[in-house]
Amino acid sequence: MGHYLDIILTSLFIENLPLAFFLGMCTFLAISKKVKTAAGLGIAVLTLTTITVPINNFILNDLLKPGALAWAGQPDIDLTFLGFLIYIGVIAAVVQIMEMVMDRFMPGLYNTLGIFLPLLTVNCAIFGATLFMVERDYTFGESVAYGIGSGGGFLLAVVALAGIREKLEYSNPPAGLRGLGLTFITAGLMALAFMGLGGLKLG
Amino acid sequence: MKLLEKLFDRVAPHFRPGGRLHRWFPLFEATDSFLLGSGERAATAPHVRDAMDLKRIMISVIVALLPCVIMAIWNTGYQANTALAALGLPCPGGWRGHLLAAVGCDPDSLVSNLYHGALYFVPIYLTSVLVGGLWECIFNLVRGHEMSEAFLVTSLLFALILPPTIPLWQVAIGISFGVIFAKEVFGGVGMNFMNPALAARAFIFFAYPGQMSGDQVWTAVDGVSSATALSTLATGAPGHALSSLNISWWQAFIGTIPGSMGETSTLACLIGAAALLVVGIASWRVMLGMLLGGIGCSLLFYMIGSDVNPMFSVPPHWHLVLGGFAFGLVFMATDPVTAPHTFTGRWIYGILIGALAILIRVANPGFPEGVMLAILLGNVFAPLLDYFVEQANIKRRMLRHG
Repeated sequence: MGHYLDIILTSLFIENLPLAFFLGMCTFLAISKKVKTAAGLGIAVLTLTTITVPINNFILNDLLKPGALAWAGQPDIDLTFLGFLIYIGVIAAVVQIMEMVMDRFMPGLYNTLGIFLPLLTVNCAIFGATLFMVERDYTFGESVAYGIGSGGGFLLAVVALAGIREKLEYSNPPAGLRGLGLTFITAGLMALAFMGLGGLKLG
Repeated sequence: MKLLEKLFDRVAPHFRPGGRLHRWFPLFEATDSFLLGSGERAATAPHVRDAMDLKRIMISVIVALLPCVIMAIWNTGYQANTALAALGLPCPGGWRGHLLAAVGCDPDSLVSNLYHGALYFVPIYLTSVLVGGLWECIFNLVRGHEMSEAFLVTSLLFALILPPTIPLWQVAIGISFGVIFAKEVFGGVGMNFMNPALAARAFIFFAYPGQMSGDQVWTAVDGVSSATALSTLATGAPGHALSSLNISWWQAFIGTIPGSMGETSTLACLIGAAALLVVGIASWRVMLGMLLGGIGCSLLFYMIGSDVNPMFSVPPHWHLVLGGFAFGLVFMATDPVTAPHTFTGRWIYGILIGALAILIRVANPGFPEGVMLAILLGNVFAPLLDYFVEQANIKRRMLRHG
């Protein structure tokens, strides 16, 4: 149990996807004007990673890895070269389902997220979470923990950024920096603060 | 004074809109109000009758910082003189040696300690003020804003949280980063979300770790290694780290230990805290929250204990007097701009910072000190705390009156 908690906390705070790896920047910067919308997006990402990372882990371990197809009588087939294609396919399918669910049950949020919801398919944070899972050779249980932690990290970062940006509505930046420029600087300063947690040993 | 006033009155029209020199108005206004005081009054309602304007707030903070400044100067000199005396060395060479020749290097002499310390503190402070002020001037002149005294506070705070041996060009780079990227790009005082002095320190801390950490930088004598109390503890024996420390609690409290110049003395910080609380600038909620968070978290670690990590065994009352905890608690966390604005938010903010500071100290082998980074993290989450407190309040009132 402690091991899983360690994975969750590490991916939440220390290896935070947007603030330590700078993944998923486009949605991170675009959907962070209001805390409410940002929370919606963050929860969407959290749901996605929680579902897709374990599914992809299952596919990797039971279909793609060399020897994984032994149960089908094909012990020397190595399908890992299909990995990227299949992972992104899984993510796309889950995004599609989530889109339909949101359209039905949360039309307000569905409309505010707009094009960024289908774009979550190619969001590097979500795909990145899967690839980190592959690289680190997680077991199924670990991948569930990592899915929760990495998505939660995105949620945390995007909500914090939205909080700051709501406060910054009263700021008065030089003309050239208004909007996205200032958001980039803000995200950079946040990353500077998050560096304090880098290297934290929880275990 | 009369003459000066007349002179200013005569040249003033040139700086007003339409005058020949109106581009330079911010500079004129700053000099005018610095020398003569501001005669400005609110022309339209609402009128708030309060003597406490931004200018007075900033000057009060500087006054509250004076004990820390004096301790910083004295302790820097004392540490250097003690190290020299222990090694049996004469006064150092270079330009400081020339200036020191008159008083000598005697750790028992108050004058020598103050003088020696000032030779290190003053150049750092001047660099910080001049470079910070220069950026402030450029931004204000180009954008037509009035100068604010806040940069005096920022540059003094920044000088106080640096080690005495830091190269001056790094001071210049640090304060430039802090003033430009943590403050001016957001529009100046009151618009920023992160404490500029801390952002500046974090920037050079990560950019030039060689001059900002380790055990060579804390005493202003070449080649003398004097670890800060916290890094000594971090390398101590697990279970009873305190035995590796050769200072007493009272030494740490008064501040005669190596460390960043202004941070070592808890006593000086407490005097500053009293001043800030009496005039009502600093929030006692943040202070108390951070104190409780720090005590709670360190007590938790102390009770859990650990047989690999020596930091677990440092009792709470030591945590409070070591490193920058007191300085951060009094002068950094309470910054009214970057702290939350709601009362509940301030409590949570303080507790969060206190707990995080101890957590980073104890559980992060990379950084022996965590107060700076904890406050930066607190700054990041402060607007969010305000948001949630506001939402909760809205919800409660809806239920009550809706």
